[in-house]
Amino acid sequence: MMKVSLFVTCLCEMFYADVAKDVVEVLERLGCEVDFPTGQVCCGQPAYNSGYRKDAIKAAKQMIKAFEGADYVVSPSGSCAAMFKEYPAIFAADPVMKEKARQLAAKTYEFTQFIVDVLKVEDVGASFPVKATYHTSCHMTRLLGVTEAPFKLLKHVRGLELVPLSNSYDCCGFGGTFSVKMVPISEQMADEKIRHIEETEAEVLIGADNGCLMHIGGRLNRLGKPIRVMHIAQVLNHRGEGGEPYVDEDRKSTVL
Amino acid sequence: MSMKIGNQPFFERVEKNLKDPYMRQAMASVQDRLRGRKLSATVNDESLVDWEMWRNAGEEIRTHTLNHLDVYLEQLSDNFAARGGHVFFAETAEEARLYIQELVKKKKAKNVVKAKSMVTEEIGLNEALEDIGCQVLETDLAEYILQVDDHDRPSHIVVPALHKNREQIRDIFHEKMGYTKTEKPEELTAFAREQLRNSFLEAEVGITGCNFAVAESGSIVLVTNEGNANMVTTIPDTVITVMGMERIVPSWEELDILVTLLCRSAIGQKLTTYITGFSPELEEDSLDSPKDYHLVIVDNGRSNALGTEFQPVLHCIRCAACVNVCPVYRHIGGHSYGSIYQGPIGAVLSPILGGYETYGELPYASSLCGACTETCPVKIPLHELLIRHRERYVNGVGHPKTGEKMMMGLFGIGASTPTLFQMATKMAPWMLGPFAEDGRVTKGPGPLKPWTEIRDLPAPSKDNFRKWFKQHKNSNSEGGADS
Repeated sequence: MMKVSLFVTCLCEMFYADVAKDVVEVLERLGCEVDFPTGQVCCGQPAYNSGYRKDAIKAAKQMIKAFEGADYVVSPSGSCAAMFKEYPAIFAADPVMKEKARQLAAKTYEFTQFIVDVLKVEDVGASFPVKATYHTSCHMTRLLGVTEAPFKLLKHVRGLELVPLSNSYDCCGFGGTFSVKMVPISEQMADEKIRHIEETEAEVLIGADNGCLMHIGGRLNRLGKPIRVMHIAQVLNHRGEGGEPYVDEDRKSTVL
Repeated sequence: MSMKIGNQPFFERVEKNLKDPYMRQAMASVQDRLRGRKLSATVNDESLVDWEMWRNAGEEIRTHTLNHLDVYLEQLSDNFAARGGHVFFAETAEEARLYIQELVKKKKAKNVVKAKSMVTEEIGLNEALEDIGCQVLETDLAEYILQVDDHDRPSHIVVPALHKNREQIRDIFHEKMGYTKTEKPEELTAFAREQLRNSFLEAEVGITGCNFAVAESGSIVLVTNEGNANMVTTIPDTVITVMGMERIVPSWEELDILVTLLCRSAIGQKLTTYITGFSPELEEDSLDSPKDYHLVIVDNGRSNALGTEFQPVLHCIRCAACVNVCPVYRHIGGHSYGSIYQGPIGAVLSPILGGYETYGELPYASSLCGACTETCPVKIPLHELLIRHRERYVNGVGHPKTGEKMMMGLFGIGASTPTLFQMATKMAPWMLGPFAEDGRVTKGPGPLKPWTEIRDLPAPSKDNFRKWFKQHKNSNSEGGADS
């Protein structure tokens, strides 16, 4: 049995506990034994990308320690997984830590990447009959290089009609602290993204990174647009002929 | 005029430009059109076999050249001088201006024609020449339009008048030059051509920029589409080329690769209409060479980057591919950057050349989406260099908000201490609870305020995931359903 350590990410843990549950259940259904290293914290990206390298290093050290014993580290965020890949560069001047960071980076996968590339599964047995479109996140595609995996998985979801999103390569305007430092620009980027989403006439926007989804979803809500926003783990955990969600009736199936 | 555009603070500039619907529409449609053209001339062009290979070669050439910049600059200057040209190294913009002013005075020149050049814009050359009584004429069509429009500033390093449409150009020509025809590009161009032709014939001095200088032969290469640069270098008796000191290639072989990268990346052209290499050939019987040829090599802050983590920014070949894919530039346009160098490359380069005092916000005007790094033909890690700028900025050279520093300090403590981190996760629902309605927060307190200015925030999950996970594992191990 494949042993997987879940790197849940701080955003997912704090705001989207239900997404984390879906991640666990999908991985277990695919035969993985999931564990949750309790020493995990935030990956340090908000500090690192804002120029606070020293504070980010503290988080990085803690994360390296927390996942030291893991076989595979799997995260429901391409951006946070990409941050693990950045660790060796952060510890460039410290050979011992650099080696540990390299080991962590080598065993870290984004959720969909892990399912497709490591488990070699494309059909997870999900069913979800809606018209949807998919938002590609920049860090997941450009920094982590995961471009195909989510589409391969979604292609096999029964009943799902996936409409291509135009200008999908343009950033949605989240950008971590960018979203609060450059509010007027972030707003325009979100609004253009939303115009393209509306053009697809999709009922549901699917994504694989909670940061982007929190931003787009939050803006959709503010504008009163009835488009539902879902993490891909939520979609993959819909099953049964009619696409019934979960056993847990209280569980939210959208991110906001 | 110099590198800086306007005196408004960053956010005022952004706000003003966000309210310019024409400019925004123009930026978006140009980006959308260029994307396809660039892709078909690069990654999708099978004749290149593998575009990545070309990028790697470009990166290698630029890295090698910058690592041996002193050697190649000496070689260039020796070869340029051996052919009868004059070389001047200007450490500052002022030194460059003074040298050129003196030269023009000595020639008793009154009429100067210029080809498109960002570096002369950077050092404020036009004004310096006007100050000594010269008439300076920009002969690149877009630069000419800007000049006629009361010295408007460039909004794009390759397409400087991108922010103007043909109707606006028609009106500018009408108002300033008495133009009476329509907004048809052919008519506008014919009019400008007519205006420019006599000036070429009258000019005593021609000034160009420099796309590449070839060290092995002491030659200057210009990559253009209009042919005006060739007029600038062939008609006047005196020619001055101004180049940033990094714009150098060792030999014609490397030039071949870099020109390929430049043309294809800039506007998806396999080659531009004119690619002209010329050297001072000051022989008696030479008909089309200038009688006197000067090369002004400008540092103006570039050596601040040499030997530092910022050295790769000097690899830039000014194709603007990064500008053309930048989602921030797409919305705020070129003038918002407050620098003649805009977009991702501008956000990295401007603080190096002009300091954080003036350009401190620019490294933050990026969502770090990485589109710039992905497209750069010489593989400059642009988004990473923006982070390096932020590091410098918060570590003393800039003035980060005290609140932010404190928050990041707390973040460091919280993030390195699992118990504190878990406490924060557990407390979040209680702390934000009073602000939440229907599972969302619309008016966040304190640091959340900027978030909820334009978007809702989900209420933190009441159900603690760690607790759920423990129970879930227990029920699994008790033989519970793996549902």
